[in-house]
Amino acid sequence: MRQFIQGIAENNHYQATRLLQMLRQIQSRYHYIPEAAIEQLAGLLNIPRTQIISVVEFYSFFHLSPRGQYELLISDSITDHMLGKKNLLGYLADKLAVAVGQVREDGVVSLDNTSCTGMCDQGPAGLVNGYALTRLDRSKIDKIAELINQQKPLEEWPSELFQVDDNILKSGLLLDQQFEQGAALKSALKRGVKETLAEIDKSGLRGRGGAGFKTAMKWQFCSEEQQTERYVVCNADEGEPGTFKDRVLLNSYADQVFEGMTVCAAIIGAKQGFLYLRGEYLHLYDKLQDILEQRRRNGVLGNNIQDAGVDFDIEICLGAGAYICGEESALIESLEGKAGIPRNRPPYPVTQGYLGKPTVVNNVETFLAAAGIAVNGGDWFANIGTEKSKGTKILSISGDCTRPGIYEYPFGVTVQTILNDCGADDVLGVQIGGPSGTFISNQEFDRKLAFEDLATGGSFIIFNASRNILDMVHNFTHFFAHESCGFCTPCRVGTSLLQKQVDKIVEGHGSAGDVVALEELCQLVKNYSHCGLGQTAANPILTTLQRYPDLYQSRLKEISYEPGFDLDGALETARRMANRDDAGAHLAQTQMESEHE
Amino acid sequence: MSKTITIDGKTIPFEEGQTIMDAAMAAGVYIPHLCHQPEFTPHGSCKLCTVKVNGRNCSACTYPAMEGQDVLNETEELIDDRKKITQMLFVEGNHFCPSCEKTGNCQLQAVAYHLNMLDNHFPLFYPDREVDASHAEVMIDHNRCIFCTLCVRASQQKDSKDVFAISGRGIHKHLIVNAESGLLKDTDIDATDQAAHICPTGAILIKRTGYQVPIGERIYDHKQIDQVSLSTEHPKHGE
Ligand SMILES: Cc1cc2nc3c(=O)[nH]c(=O)nc-3n(C[C@H](O)[C@H](O)[C@H](O)COP(=O)(O)O)c2cc1C
Ligand code: SF4
Ligand code: FES
Repeated sequence: MRQFIQGIAENNHYQATRLLQMLRQIQSRYHYIPEAAIEQLAGLLNIPRTQIISVVEFYSFFHLSPRGQYELLISDSITDHMLGKKNLLGYLADKLAVAVGQVREDGVVSLDNTSCTGMCDQGPAGLVNGYALTRLDRSKIDKIAELINQQKPLEEWPSELFQVDDNILKSGLLLDQQFEQGAALKSALKRGVKETLAEIDKSGLRGRGGAGFKTAMKWQFCSEEQQTERYVVCNADEGEPGTFKDRVLLNSYADQVFEGMTVCAAIIGAKQGFLYLRGEYLHLYDKLQDILEQRRRNGVLGNNIQDAGVDFDIEICLGAGAYICGEESALIESLEGKAGIPRNRPPYPVTQGYLGKPTVVNNVETFLAAAGIAVNGGDWFANIGTEKSKGTKILSISGDCTRPGIYEYPFGVTVQTILNDCGADDVLGVQIGGPSGTFISNQEFDRKLAFEDLATGGSFIIFNASRNILDMVHNFTHFFAHESCGFCTPCRVGTSLLQKQVDKIVEGHGSAGDVVALEELCQLVKNYSHCGLGQTAANPILTTLQRYPDLYQSRLKEISYEPGFDLDGALETARRMANRDDAGAHLAQTQMESEHE
Repeated sequence: MSKTITIDGKTIPFEEGQTIMDAAMAAGVYIPHLCHQPEFTPHGSCKLCTVKVNGRNCSACTYPAMEGQDVLNETEELIDDRKKITQMLFVEGNHFCPSCEKTGNCQLQAVAYHLNMLDNHFPLFYPDREVDASHAEVMIDHNRCIFCTLCVRASQQKDSKDVFAISGRGIHKHLIVNAESGLLKDTDIDATDQAAHICPTGAILIKRTGYQVPIGERIYDHKQIDQVSLSTEHPKHGE
C-alpha cells in the first residue's frame, strides 16, 4: 500500500487541492480509506490528518470502514421509486444475501441507497464501483448477482448493463446545431473578445443552473477584477433529482461545451479551467479526456490556441457524492480538495473564487449556449423565447409519461404543451425544477416555463393520479436532510426536524397542531439558512401544503396530543435487559391506541 | 464624515472593512452570537446573529457594513426566530444544564436566558455521543458541542497548532482531534492553550476546575449576556 499511496501523491504533484482525486483512487482500490493511507497521505501532502478525515467523512462515496469489493448503490430518486425501486432493492438484497446498508460477511459485496444518479429517464438505476447501471429489473439483477458471486471483474460484465442512452426526443436551437470544432473560437477571435462579450450580452443569455444570473455580466465582472490569474469552471455536478440533461450534453455535445469554456477564458483572460463532473458520471470520464486530448492536438486547447496567443487548458475533477457541491462556492471548496461547505458571501466567486482568484462558474448548458452565440451572434438566441427569458431551455423529463428523455423548448412554453409531447395522461401535478423547485397541480398547466413564471434548471417530474403526493414530499424531505452540509444551524438541525415531522405526519402519528408546527419550521429553515440548499429544502412541503392543505390534515389523528417520540420504542432496551416481551412490557403511543386494544 | 448605517433606527458609524457585528459592538449594540468572537476570523454558521439588512436576512458577523444600510436587530420576529435557532442547538445535542459544570458560565445557556427560552420547543434528538477524558488536564464532552469551530480557529490562529477539526456531514457533524488514536491525550494540546478555554458551552473543559467558582457566583448568574459580551469582547466598553 505504501508504494501505491506514494505513487498517487507523486502523480498528483503532492498538491492538496487534488485530495478528492487521490481519495477516489484509494477508495476504488481498497474499497475504503485505510487509516494508514490517511497517515501517509497527511505526511506526503503536509496537511493535518484531520483535514483528510473531514473530507472522507463529508463525501458519500468515501468510507473509513471497508465496503464490499463490489460497492452497489441503488438510486433513491423519487422516479426510481415510481419504477418499483423498493421491491427491486429487496429482491437484490435477497439475491445477494446482504442487508441494505451492510457489507456481506465475506466482504465481496456491499449494498446501499444513494441520492439520484441522474438516470431518471432510464431507471431504476444504480452504481457499481461508481459506474452507472440502468433500467434495472429482476433479470438484470439475477445477472448482476451471478457476476458478483462469481467475482467477475467489471470489465467482463456485459456492456448492456451499463448502457446509457441520450433519449433526445425534441431538439431545438441548441441541440440542432451542426457544430464544427473551433468555429466558435474562430468567430470570437475574429470578431474580438470585447465584441463577442457584447454579443453574449445582446443574446440575453442567463445562467442555466437555476439562479438565472446574466452570463455576460458575470464574465464582465470577472474580466474587470484586479487580479489577473483567473479561472473558468464548468459546473457539471447536476445533483438536482430529476435532472440529467448535462449528462446528455457531455455525452454528445462536450466539444461545444469545452469550446464555450475556452471562449469564456479568452474573454476573461483565464489560463486554466475545470470541469467539475459529478462522481455519478464516472462513465463519461475517459470519453471526455479523449475529447480534451483531441482538442489539444487540433490546436483548440492548450498553448497558443488557433495561433492567436490564447493559452488555456481544462482539467476534469470528479466529485464524490455530495449534492451541495453543485452550489458554486461549495464546488470551489471541493475543487480545492476540501469538504463542500458553501462560503460566506460577499466575496462572490467572480472576485474571490478558486484559490481566492476571480472565477467564473457556469452550468454546462450555459457554456453550450455561449459557444453557439459566439458563432451565430446574439440575435440568433435573443429572437427566441420571451422578453425576460431569451433562447431555449433543455429539459430533463421523467416520471409518469410514455416518452421520458431530453426536450428542448423555447422559453415561454406551457406545461400543457410539454405534457402533450411527452405522452402524459391523467396528470395530478408536476414537480418543476426538482425538489428545490415548485410542485404545480393540474389546475396550473397553462403556466409557462420562464424566469418570470416557473424558473427551472431543467428537472420536470410528472406524477399521475395514482401517485400519493405525500410519498413525494417524504422522499424529497429525506433527500435534503441527507444532503445538508451541516454548516449552519437552521439547515443542519432544521432539515432533520423537517424529516422527523414529515415522517410523523405521513406515518399517521400527527395530531392537531402538527401541521402548523411543520409550516412554522419550514419558514424558519427557509429564511435563516446559509445557502440555497437550506433556503429551498422546505419547498416540497410548502408548495404542496399550499395546494393540498386537506391532504396533510387528513393524516392527523383526532387527538389533541401525541408524544414527540416513540414511547414503545424507547422501552426496547429495557425489555431486552429484563428479558420480557409480554403485554405489560409495552406502551401504547396514545390514549386512543390503547383504548382500541 | 465617517460612513454610517442604522440599526433599529439608531445611526451607527463604521469603518471600511468592518462587518455589521463589528460596527454594532463598537457602538455598544449587542447582537446575539455564539460562533463569533472578535479575535477570530468570522465563521457565520450558528445564524444567531441574523439581522435584516434592507429587508434581507444576513449574518451580522460576516456581512460587511455598507453605507446607508438599514439594519433591523431587535424586532419581535428576529428575537423569536433566534430563540428557535437556539432551541435547535439544544435539541440537537444533550444539554442538561443542571448537571453541567459549565452552568452559569455557559454562553449557550446565557443566550437562551437572554432570548427568554423556556422550553425546547422541538423534539429532542438524544444523540449517542462520547466523552473523551483521556487527557490529563483537558476533556471533551461531545454531548455539548455546537460546532461553532471556535476551538478549531483558536488552535490555528492563536496557538499555532491544529488540534481540532469538524468532520462529517449534515446532522452527523462532529468534532475530531488531531491524533492517530483519535484521542485528546495524543494531541499536542496544553491546558494553557486558548483552544482549551474558548468553548462557549461545556464541551471542552479544564479538569478539576469546574466548581472552583460556586454556582450562584458565576458570570451569567447576575449579568445578562449582552452586558458581558459588550464589556469583554470590545475594548472600548471594557473597564
Ligand atoms: C444546493 C445547490 C445545488 C446546485 N447545483 C447545481 C448544479 O448541479 N449545477 C449547476 O449548474 N448549478 C447548480 N447550482 C447553482 C450554482 O450555485 C450556480 O448558480 C450556477 O452553477 C451558476 O451557473 P449559471 O449561471 O450558468 O447557471 C446549485 C445551487 C445550489 C444552492
Ligand atoms: S443551508 Fe444547509 S447546505 Fe447550505 S450551508 Fe447551511 S447547512 Fe450547509
Ligand atoms: S455569530 Fe454570526 S453566524 Fe454565528
